[in-house]
Amino acid sequence: MAGLVLLSVLLIFIDHVADWLDEPRAAMTIAVTPVFVVADLPNRSARSLSEMLSSRGDLRRRITELEGEITLLRVKTGKMAALTAENNRLRDLLGSAAKLQDTAIVAELIGVNPDPEEQEVIIDKGSVDKVFAGQPVLDPQGLMGQVVEVSRYTSRVLLISDRAHSVPVQVLRSNLRLIAQGTGIGQTLELRHVNSTVDIRVGDQLLSSGLGNRFPVGYPVGVIDRVEYEPGKPFAEVTAVPSAQLDRSRHVLLVFTEDRNPANPGSPDGNSGG
Amino acid sequence: METVADNQLNGIVAIFMTVVIAMVLAVLPLPEFVPAEVGFLRPDWIAMVLVYWMIAVPHRIGIFTAWTVGLVVDVLLGSLLGQHALAYVIIAYVSLNLYQRLRMFTVWQQALVLFALLGLNQLINFWVESIADDTGWSMWYLMPAVAGAFLWPWVFMLLRYLRRRLAVT
Repeated sequence: MAGLVLLSVLLIFIDHVADWLDEPRAAMTIAVTPVFVVADLPNRSARSLSEMLSSRGDLRRRITELEGEITLLRVKTGKMAALTAENNRLRDLLGSAAKLQDTAIVAELIGVNPDPEEQEVIIDKGSVDKVFAGQPVLDPQGLMGQVVEVSRYTSRVLLISDRAHSVPVQVLRSNLRLIAQGTGIGQTLELRHVNSTVDIRVGDQLLSSGLGNRFPVGYPVGVIDRVEYEPGKPFAEVTAVPSAQLDRSRHVLLVFTEDRNPANPGSPDGNSGG
Repeated sequence: METVADNQLNGIVAIFMTVVIAMVLAVLPLPEFVPAEVGFLRPDWIAMVLVYWMIAVPHRIGIFTAWTVGLVVDVLLGSLLGQHALAYVIIAYVSLNLYQRLRMFTVWQQALVLFALLGLNQLINFWVESIADDTGWSMWYLMPAVAGAFLWPWVFMLLRYLRRRLAVT
């Protein structure tokens, strides 16, 4: 028993200070993946049941709706392409590097970390799909988090609302740069070190600033929902609601930015900026 | 006629299956309409199943099994490798020392012991997590132990039924 206790403590220590155990862990994750798949079955069957029970008319209506939406989005994308080209020309005139187009793959959620203290989800894409640690994860509404652990067929994503996670952000209206840290409780972000004299209001949109080289620039992160100046305190208390549907999105996007090197995912502690 | 070896194999398969089911229960996502705090009521099913088998068939499942299962749970939950392994080894040590006494207890007396064991489990997990994460102790962290102790009689009866049905000895 003493031997196993010592061995456990040693493993904990190694896992905490170094990344030697990441590969055995990734290999073992493949073995436990069926557990996640089975645990997801009730959810999955409930969804397919509701799909089966929806009527033909309902489905038709939905298809029409979606087709309309696709047309709208196509028009918008077309416009976006023109704008991107124009933007790049202007950046060229200013002498700054052109913005690169991000590509993305869609992943599906297959599990959630059962610990309510930890905001983590498991997705069904892994190293075979070229997912890498530190990769940004989005949903259609905004930034969701980043990949922290990759195995062959699955990966673990730390959400921006986790207490151990911070995102460098920028206020869209005033270009003010801040750090948004997760709080772990509910779905709130906390803005760190906000001087009580700066220009920030409820309703301000936060975008990822791209500082820290972890997240791409310009994705929506959240909206400020509370600004409180307390006399006597050096910083204002500012919180934001994440734009992404952190607890509802089943499908997420994994972003590949061309100028980033997957072999160098940055600092190993999972925090960017900070 | 079943041979002794067949029986042993049956028993190991049965124990393995119950542990796997406990693992599924451990990561089962809560429905979306349930508030996240309910997650604190989720007992450590795996520890409970391990304790049951250690009381019932201590010659089949020992400290090393508990350690191995703990490592798998660490991979499953993404905790530091060795965290659950450490907790399960200590629980296993206590229950293997007490199994003869525990067998004599009524099921609610066992539940009380289970509360102590699961509480110890939570404390060890909290202690290891505090290496990486500097959060304070909250009484919420004992909720899984309370829930586990309350559910113990049913877990016990279900596993005893399975053990008799499948003749795990």
